[in-house]
Amino acid sequence: MTQVATPVIAHLTPEELGALNKPHRDISWWLGRIASAAGMALIVVYCLMPFYWMVISAFRLPTMGQSTDYWPSPASFENFVGVFSPQNNFLRAIVNSLVVSVTTTVLTLVFGIIGAYALARLRFAAKGLVLSIIIGCSMFPGVTLLVPLFKLFTGTYSWFPNWLNQYQAAIIPSLSFGLPLCVWNLTAFFRQLPVELEQAAMVDGCTPGQAFRKIILPLAAPGVFTTAILTFIAVWNEFMIALTFLQSKDMKTATVALSQFTGNLGYNIPYGSIMAAGVITTIPLLILVLFFQRRIVAGLTAGGVK
Amino acid sequence: MAVTTAERTAPVATKRKKNAFSDGQGALAAMLLAPTMLVLLLVAGIPIIMSVTESFFRTNDRIDPQTGLVQTGTNFVGFQNFTDIFAHPATVVGVYGSMDRLVNSFINTTLFTVVCVILETVLGVSMALIMAKAFRGRGLVRASILVPWAIPTIVSAMMWKLIFNTSGVANKVLGLTNNPILWLADNKYSQISIIVADVWKTAPFIGLLTLAGLQTIPAEVYEAARVDGANAWQTFVRITLPMVKPALVVAVLFRTLDTLRMFDLPYGMIGANKYSVETLSMFAYQETMQTRYGPAAAYSIILFFYIVLVAFLFVKLLGADVVGDEELKAVNAQRKRMKALHQQQAKAAGRVRTNVTSGSAAS
Repeated sequence: MTQVATPVIAHLTPEELGALNKPHRDISWWLGRIASAAGMALIVVYCLMPFYWMVISAFRLPTMGQSTDYWPSPASFENFVGVFSPQNNFLRAIVNSLVVSVTTTVLTLVFGIIGAYALARLRFAAKGLVLSIIIGCSMFPGVTLLVPLFKLFTGTYSWFPNWLNQYQAAIIPSLSFGLPLCVWNLTAFFRQLPVELEQAAMVDGCTPGQAFRKIILPLAAPGVFTTAILTFIAVWNEFMIALTFLQSKDMKTATVALSQFTGNLGYNIPYGSIMAAGVITTIPLLILVLFFQRRIVAGLTAGGVK
Repeated sequence: MAVTTAERTAPVATKRKKNAFSDGQGALAAMLLAPTMLVLLLVAGIPIIMSVTESFFRTNDRIDPQTGLVQTGTNFVGFQNFTDIFAHPATVVGVYGSMDRLVNSFINTTLFTVVCVILETVLGVSMALIMAKAFRGRGLVRASILVPWAIPTIVSAMMWKLIFNTSGVANKVLGLTNNPILWLADNKYSQISIIVADVWKTAPFIGLLTLAGLQTIPAEVYEAARVDGANAWQTFVRITLPMVKPALVVAVLFRTLDTLRMFDLPYGMIGANKYSVETLSMFAYQETMQTRYGPAAAYSIILFFYIVLVAFLFVKLLGADVVGDEELKAVNAQRKRMKALHQQQAKAAGRVRTNVTSGSAAS
């Protein structure tokens, strides 16, 4: 074999070798490349067109909310001013959303980190059961919780205080989907860290607790951060629980408030200010998502939930 | 403290423990997991039990014959909240004609789930294939794919409500300005608009998860297929699909369960009490708001069991590996091997017992 092959290679000049190594670019190669670029462009258009419509509708004059021009003329910021008018009370709604989302995120992290660490590292008999319970909790319908909790929180029973329109009434049900999401993502992240890290730390004289605190937690910080963002977004976007338990004007969250904006003209839906409120609610999330794009995609694919 | 799977497979000379898991980490694990499980019990477990009990009661709204006042409190009614669906149907007229409101919302939920999930899967997989083949610009596409995912569902509902408005841009793009379709008027077009909005929001997400699965397929597999003379379609059906199946099935399962409990989108776009788009979640919610807790709980329990059934079928029929824990998988595989080994030994010793379910002894 080699005796035959060697002389052939010896006959090739560097130019010929270069020509052979050059990628083969014929018509079908170019067609493939164009088709691929067109496909990518199609995806981008598909994803962004409706969003574009929301943004330009927000920049129209409030009286032109239902205009179908492809560009706002004249462009105006009036809708964004209108969003914060006293009758819409949107600033308060954003504060409410922040309170509920941040509290829920912090609580899920406090409970979730140690639980996820145990699930990722320890071996114990009921592990399959615990994992199934946690994944099950993220699957069942929110309305199943809503019925008894609404009865409980509205003061139907004499032994339970009336929690309607108080933050805890929205935070507690939010934990039911926030905590499984958090534990699931963190477990995936902890699994990726090699066990040898703790073993080395313990050889150097750390207790298991110290190894977790001083070695694992700092290394898992990106994972914890991603999980925090994912949980925050999930709670921020939540609608049904907030709609049910935070009903008064001063307690509505941003998502509920913007869906209930009323116009000056009675039944006329103020699309302009609703779209502006939508943009305001979405932009912080988009900045977070685009800034931490890689981490979030990794978290989503590792967690597989939501 | 922690032991890897690799170490565990090393030969162990000591006597076999009764459980592959029992090596003394149970107490620590229980301590670390206690807070999480306690919170889940409080915020999910107890409410579900309350919901189940609630579904057997009904708020008393009859007039007391002696005092002439409306009675208060609740009555135990057994399964009446469930049986009344058929015994005393509260008929409404949706898209499918006159039927009980629960049956109507059940059909709506099923229709939305089947249509949306199929469309999302097809679109999502196509997007993933395009992105996997891309030469450049993958970052930009991934960023734009995250936009529909990040927008709150209720905001996207209001956005699509504007787009599908009678004088909105959807009718303009379709050239129906003079003869507009009333997309939001509680008819079969409302269902289409809901499906469009839901597919827009979640197909990119399935695409993202599928792309992650695609990227784990080694290039050698494709090279081998090319050497063997497989064409593009054969490569897709015989290599790509089977290899992304684990990731895809889990993504589709989660999307299915998510669509089964759909609430925000129809509620925001079409509104409450619109029978053409009312889902089970919306119906149970409306009943709760009317303080008819018994029926509301019964309907939410029906939805609960529907979801459990679908999840079960996914796991059994499509082999969705939802838990995804390598260690558990290894232990289960080991258990299966041991069982097979014992059977083999029993057969070798001539102690084989057959019955109807164990198949023929010759196999």
